[in-house]
Amino acid sequence: MYDTIIIGAGMSGLAAGIRLAHFDKRVCILERHSAIGGLNSFYRHRGRDYDVGLHAVTNYTPKGARRGPLAKLLRQLRLAWDEWSLAPQVGSSIAFPDVELKFSNDFELLVSEVAQKFPKQKDNLRRLVAELTDYDQLGTGDTGRSAREVVGSFIKDRLLMEMIFCPLLFYGGSKEHDMDFGQFSIMFRSIFLEGLARPLDGVRLILKLLIRKFKELGGELRLRAGVDRIAVKDGAVEKVVLANGSELQARRVLSSAGLPETLRLCDDCPNVESPEVGRLSFVESISVLDVQPCSLGHDRTIVFYNDSDEFHYEKPNEPADVRSGVICSPNNFVYGQPLADGVVRITSLANFDRWAKLDSEAYRRAKLHWYDNLVASAVRFVPDFRDSVIDTDMFTPTTIRRYTGHHSGAVYGTAKKRYDGTTHLKNLYICGTDQGFVGIIGTSISGIGVANRYLLKM
Amino acid sequence: MTTAEIRKAVLDILADIAPDEDLSDLKDDVTFRDQLELDSMDFLDIVMELRKRYRIQIPEEEYTELASMGSTVKYLEPLMKDVE
Ligand SMILES: Cc1cc2nc3c(=O)[nH]c(=O)nc-3n(C[C@H](O)[C@H](O)[C@H](O)COP(=O)(O)OP(=O)(O)OC[C@H]3O[C@@H](n4cnc5c(N)ncnc54)[C@H](O)[C@@H]3O)c2cc1C
Repeated sequence: MYDTIIIGAGMSGLAAGIRLAHFDKRVCILERHSAIGGLNSFYRHRGRDYDVGLHAVTNYTPKGARRGPLAKLLRQLRLAWDEWSLAPQVGSSIAFPDVELKFSNDFELLVSEVAQKFPKQKDNLRRLVAELTDYDQLGTGDTGRSAREVVGSFIKDRLLMEMIFCPLLFYGGSKEHDMDFGQFSIMFRSIFLEGLARPLDGVRLILKLLIRKFKELGGELRLRAGVDRIAVKDGAVEKVVLANGSELQARRVLSSAGLPETLRLCDDCPNVESPEVGRLSFVESISVLDVQPCSLGHDRTIVFYNDSDEFHYEKPNEPADVRSGVICSPNNFVYGQPLADGVVRITSLANFDRWAKLDSEAYRRAKLHWYDNLVASAVRFVPDFRDSVIDTDMFTPTTIRRYTGHHSGAVYGTAKKRYDGTTHLKNLYICGTDQGFVGIIGTSISGIGVANRYLLKM
Repeated sequence: MTTAEIRKAVLDILADIAPDEDLSDLKDDVTFRDQLELDSMDFLDIVMELRKRYRIQIPEEEYTELASMGSTVKYLEPLMKDVE
């Protein structure tokens, strides 16, 4: 009998596992895959290392900072800042047809850009920042207020408003068009007020650190151990049944598999109201270059682009919507040494159903076709790198489903979050994306928070 | 444990929670909150580390006793005097 079984070895499950193991709980993480990381994973393909998920670690604060989620996470997991080897971004931008706003880990750059390009809005931006919900008041990301309404009451320029929303929705919008103002505050802080960084070795460094820590503390990890069913008795989890038929028992179960996905594992699911599966998914093209992107004049870390004055954050009808996207170059961080290869990754909104119905030959062709479309669209906003490409790969909404188990490849989970982490069963809790947190740092904080609140007490 | 040993025990816990902090000139009479910006999650951790390491139970209504090094040591003295 375990104290806690954790479903999923993504960021949130690993962080929760470390907390529990540190305080001598008998804890076992069950992961369906043969590798850890969930959406934040990595793989080798034709002799090269690729990251899934991670563009940049958000919430970057420099060594010694005591406030903010990164500092909190390090303290809670007993990790030293240096272990993450975080290199800050060079600088990013938001690019719309005739305006570009640069930003960096120094918020004043964005303020001066706004002052230059939207002179009347500079003070309004400052007022908006003063209105942001504080992390301390954010037991939940849920204020019940529409971010578009609140932001619109400060920022009086439609275009600027779209430009501010574009990165925040891309990096954390589980709903179409809008988000809760609490969620907006979290995202605004994590990207604009704190900042972006990346370890030279990418997400694998962070994952290795977490799993080593978990195991040193006596935690147990089972790979290729997908949970097939949660047996329910008297309003509680009785046991967890794995795909291979074996059964495990625990006092409590913490799932990072997504809320609707977890509820569907429960025996009593037909009687339980489940939120809708999220609609938003992504495609991403990965281009490996034989030069460093900066040698082509591409020195931005991340460029959020949109090719009209209005940003449409919604599920497209086409397989992908290349009107907007995120162009990330992992080379453009301030490392001590350059990355071996040049890399440009481009992410756009995508339609899960259009990809899921393809047979394998059609899927392969669609990947090639949409790779070309994504890149052709993006090079309107960054220097054309196509002559330097030596290898490519592409991930789609079905890849996201494979890595996360989220139905419909919903990147940020369901639009209806369960902020308190509880479910209809008294010993079943959820953490991660569907508890209302996104990103590497956010979901880890979620795992820590739910573990502290419900799983460490006894 | 002597008073000095208890202080050392608390310092060890703080060093574990905040490995990047320089604790060498931690003042006894200034709150942890003001010196290290510890928050409620961190206070809970001090309590849990004390329980894990020395089997000391601290009821929730007494967490406020752990505000500074001085008050923490004073509060722990009767509880830890028999700890080896
Ligand atoms: C293109 C892209 C770019 C991104 N960029 C960034 C970025 O730059 N910065 C950032 O911070 N975040 C980024 N993210 C988001 C980040 O990856 C996620 O928010 C985070 O990884 C979610 O972690 P999680 O633990 O909540 O869930 P997941 O990573 O989804 O983990 C859930 C785990 O549960 C397992 N599982 C599911 N069902 C079962 C089952 N039945 N039995 C056993 N195991 C199961 C899954 O296999 C998975 O390992 C990006 C995401 C995408 C798609």
